[in-house]
This record gives sequence, structure tokens and C-alpha cells, in this order.
Amino acid sequence: MVTTAWEIAAAVVDPEIPVITIADLGVLREVEIDADGAVSVAITPTYSGCPAIDAIKDDLGRAFHAAGYADVSVRTVLSPAWSTDQITAAGRAALAEYGIAPPAKQSWPVVGDERAVTVPLSVRCPQCGSLNTEEISHFGSTACKALRRCKDCREPFDHLKTI
Amino acid sequence: MSTTTVDVDLARYALALGDDSLILAQRLGEWIANAPELEEDVALGNLGLDLLGQARMLLSYAGEVEGRERSEDDLAYLRDERQFTNLQVMELPNGDFAVTIARLLITSSYQLELYRHLTTSTDSTLAAIAAKAVKEVAYHRDHATQWTLRLGDGTDTSHARMQTGLERVWPYLEEVFDDSWIPQTLLDSGVAVSAVDLRTACHDYLDDVLDRATLTVPSTPAVPGGGRVGIHTEAMGFLLAEMQHIHRSHPGATW
Repeated sequence: MVTTAWEIAAAVVDPEIPVITIADLGVLREVEIDADGAVSVAITPTYSGCPAIDAIKDDLGRAFHAAGYADVSVRTVLSPAWSTDQITAAGRAALAEYGIAPPAKQSWPVVGDERAVTVPLSVRCPQCGSLNTEEISHFGSTACKALRRCKDCREPFDHLKTI
Repeated sequence: MSTTTVDVDLARYALALGDDSLILAQRLGEWIANAPELEEDVALGNLGLDLLGQARMLLSYAGEVEGRERSEDDLAYLRDERQFTNLQVMELPNGDFAVTIARLLITSSYQLELYRHLTTSTDSTLAAIAAKAVKEVAYHRDHATQWTLRLGDGTDTSHARMQTGLERVWPYLEEVFDDSWIPQTLLDSGVAVSAVDLRTACHDYLDDVLDRATLTVPSTPAVPGGGRVGIHTEAMGFLLAEMQHIHRSHPGATW
């Protein structure tokens, strides 16, 4: 079986959440190989200050070197801006399975109709499935996550914030 | 990007916006291990991390288009005080938690409007940075707003401290809406955002939050300002000493 360059890159997992790949996260944007076999990968950062981007670059380099590609370059692209909307259904399922409540399926625009009212959606407990959950802290173990608590099963859990 | 056209005006503009975020990130970082509760340690630290990320992108871009081969690290760690062009409100000492929240309310309200407009900048890199930053700063403003409401419409003590915090930072608000430092060509070409254009939306938002928090909009006179041309308050020297000294002590060191 021939593994394509995209598949090699797509198999790299998020350094903080090892059950989701950078492809399912929407971080992997583009993979190209030129005629001389030089690989060029484009990734996009999640949050502006996300410290995982450097680890992801290193992991991509390692993955391609292991697959026999000596010349690998990874660049960061900013546009279009990453949004949790770009997380795939498989990614969302992997997050929930791991115990992290996935973000809402559709984010709301910050630039646009200023009269629109944002209604916070309830977040389902990844342990027991209850919607009776509350936010303890808007910022959790990483910038992208919030800490929540289930009022039914009483367990705390992380929630990947919709952005 | 191999060859980038040198544009000194664009570099200065990106650098000023980057300095805003960099200096504020430094101040917010001071709360880590010092905040009133663990959740605030994490919250203020993460807000600072967002801002630091924005600063890195802006400083890197400034270094790119400036044509002097200065990296983001060169710009952050090797410039002296008079070369920093952040607004003075960013460098103000944190004070107590209420002062910090009052300052964050002002800066996040300004940055949200700024980045909103900047998403349509004719410079694609600034527009891309703004598209990310605007979503993050929306959370920052919400955080500051929630605390302002809780502290303002709280106990007598929290209300008094919050009002005092507002009085402390309000004189630095005027400088935020000054355009005189932006080259007219950048405004005309649609690269830069006019700070004057942001005033109404910012004040409308602040007036509403303060009203709901049972706080009074201060009538303190504005300070002369000058941050955009390198004039800083006494606190800036100490901030830079702390931020830069390790890098300057070990030139060329890498991880």
C-alpha cells in the first residue's frame, strides 16, 4: 500500500490531545511534493498563541523523515483563519470519546450583524451524556479549552470552546 | 516569502499594534501565581498568551517588511524604551485586580473594534492576523465585562475598588483614539484602521457596561500620551528591564 504524502501528514496527532489528528482538527491545510521529492506542508495555528504549533512542525518533520523524505519544509498560513467549524465529524467524535466535550457544530460570526444576540448553547457531558452542565472556568488546561462540571454525574470535564 | 517589498510605514504600523499586544501580555503574565483565585491565574495567563501570539505574528511581519532583517526576538528584546510604540495604557502597572480589570475592559474594547475593522485591511497579512485576533479578543472583552459587572454591582468594597480602578486608567483612554501617528498613505490605501473611527463604538460599549455595573463614567482629564512616538511612563523602563534582561544577558543563546 502506498501512503500518500497527505496521509503521512494527516496521521500526525495533536501534541496535547493525542486522539485527534491535525487533519481532523483542521490544522493541516496543504501537502505538496515537487519533482525532486521535496515536501512542503502548510499548517494553520488554532489560537494566535498556541504553543503546540512548533511541536506539530517537529512531528511533521519526523514523520516525513521516517517515511524516507529528506527534504521537508513546514510553513504556517494564517488565512483563512482557523475555526472550530473546521474540525471534522470524526474529530468531534474522537474528542467526545476521549472525554473532551467538542465545540458547537457552528460558530457565530464576530464580524457581522452587531444586533445579533449570541445564545450560549448547552454542552453535553462526555461522561454521562447529560445536558445539565455548567462552566467552572472559561479557561482550562489549554487556551482552547474551558473547564465544565456535570450537575448530574458530578464529574468535571474539558470543553473545546467554539471559536 | 522570498522577496518582500520594503515598506517602512507598514512595518511601523504593524510594530505599534504588535507592541500593544506584547506589553499587555507582559503585564497579564505578572498575575500568574498571583491572581485572587486559580481560575484567574489561568484566565489572565491565557489572555496574555493570546496577546503574545498576536504580538509574535505582528512583530514577525514588521521585521519582514522593514527590510533590516530584524526577527521578532530582535524587536521584542533588543529595542530600547523610546523605540517601543505601544499605547501608554498597555504599560500601566497592574495595580489591584480591579485596576487590571478596568484596564482590560478598555484595551479589549479598543482591540475588538480595531481588529474588526482590520479584517478588511487591504494588506492581506494584517487582515489574516486580525481575523484570528478578533475572535480571541471578543472573549477577552467578555471576561473583562463579566468581572466589571460583578465587581461594580457587588459589595461596597468591590464597587469602590472598581470605580477607583476606572479612575486610574481612564486618563489613558484618549490616546487610544489618536490618528496623528498613522501615515495618511496607510489610511488612504485602506491598510491601516483609523483609531478615530473606533471612538464611538468603544465609548458606547463602555458606557453601557459601566451603567449596568452601577459605576460612573470617570471625568478625569486625559494625560498627554505619546506612546505612539516612544514617550512612555516611568513604569515602562522597569517592565522592559524585566522582559528583556535574560535575552540581553545571553546574546545568541537558543533552547
